Amino acid sequence: MKSTYYDPKDLKKFGAIADWQPDLAKKFFEWYGAVFAEGELTAREKSLIALAVAHAIQCPYCIDAYTSDGVQRGITEGQMMEALHVAAAIRGGASLVHGVQMMGKADELLM
Amino acid sequence: MASSKSLKASGHLLSDTGVQLEVLSGRLPLPSFESKLQAIGLSPFNRLQTQVLQVNVGKMCNQTCKHCHVDAGPDRKEIMTRETMQQCLDVLAATSIQTVDLTGGAPEMNPEFRWFVEQIKAMGRHVMVRCNLTIIVANPKYHDLPEFFRANGVEVVSSLPFYNRRRTDAQRGDGVFERSIKALQMLNEVGYGVEDSGLLLNLVYNPAGAFLPGSQTDLEREFKEALLKDFSIRFNRLFAITNLPISRFLEYLIESGNYERYMETLVEAFNPGAAANVMCRNTLSVGWDGYLYDCDFNQMLDLKIQSGAKSMHIREFDAQSLEEVEIVVNQHCYGCTAGAGSSCGGEVA
Repeated sequence: MKSTYYDPKDLKKFGAIADWQPDLAKKFFEWYGAVFAEGELTAREKSLIALAVAHAIQCPYCIDAYTSDGVQRGITEGQMMEALHVAAAIRGGASLVHGVQMMGKADELLM
Repeated sequence: MASSKSLKASGHLLSDTGVQLEVLSGRLPLPSFESKLQAIGLSPFNRLQTQVLQVNVGKMCNQTCKHCHVDAGPDRKEIMTRETMQQCLDVLAATSIQTVDLTGGAPEMNPEFRWFVEQIKAMGRHVMVRCNLTIIVANPKYHDLPEFFRANGVEVVSSLPFYNRRRTDAQRGDGVFERSIKALQMLNEVGYGVEDSGLLLNLVYNPAGAFLPGSQTDLEREFKEALLKDFSIRFNRLFAITNLPISRFLEYLIESGNYERYMETLVEAFNPGAAANVMCRNTLSVGWDGYLYDCDFNQMLDLKIQSGAKSMHIREFDAQSLEEVEIVVNQHCYGCTAGAGSSCGGEVA
């Protein structure tokens, strides 16, 4: 076992997951490529969405890949941070909106 | 932020081109560029007909940009003499080369610059000038450069790493963004970049860091929107140019710990389509002292075009010999063949 769980060099080895399940990997990567291609949303918009989602799920590989992609596309630091705040606001909001359930339950139980 | 001294003035190890070549060739287990050319049937690698004469009229510059492959700066004194310029004009007269691309340093700082432009125009050839923009506002004696360019129908090609201060100044020095905007507005005022004026103003995008440029088309669209909206600035085309691992950009890559990753990125992005169209095949580079090179990058690595044991000089220009001699390549060439490819005119693939 290495001394750290994450090694940035592992990102480049993503394709190696095909070694143990080639057909499933092929389906995944083809779909992935289609998802990020230009469509009704631009590839740039999708890249920024991916960056925000990467922070919501805290995937260091995705954060690495989509920060690099964003910088290359000319997405500014301000735009990237704003996208992160969108992710953070949704995460925070998701917790807080459940507070309505909490309040409803408390109302049931309390005199 | 950019230092104000060139590597040469600082006595930096990388100011020695031999050291740079040793770094490029020796440190990483990457396939040689030559082997890539062989694998795609482009070996021997020869130039085609020379269509552009790119003349570096000197390393003197009013800026000391962090990514500069020339190691240009105010402390560089190497400039082309009128005698060498005349030798370039003699070559033009003897050939059908239509375009002369003047670069540097800041070409306008050469005292013979205006004379040279006028002579080339008198021969009916097209002149491009790689203008760093801030030179126009640097000193009152340069304030009339937009009018001089206009009067000579010069195609102005200028670098702007981004449409904001943060990235532009990080690459090109404090205050450069503001001064560049002012210079672009002055160029617009005399008609550059204005539709149907015939006066071409093209911008060059060099990534402000250790990454490849994104889509040239997308970047051009974003730059046009932002510069028009924020500063009422118009321009014609944007060229996305990859930073090559030479001189100050090489130093930046090593100092920032990005060298290995950047070289791997360049090699992984090798595009055979780009390799077939690289600019060394149709552009001849002339150094400030008249020696000939396959491109400006080879010039800065001191990789002269050789005819036998002799380095070729502009005074001995011979089109036939040039087409017979193989283009000199090294690991930095991966910069021009990565992704959509790169040249002084942007994407090539």
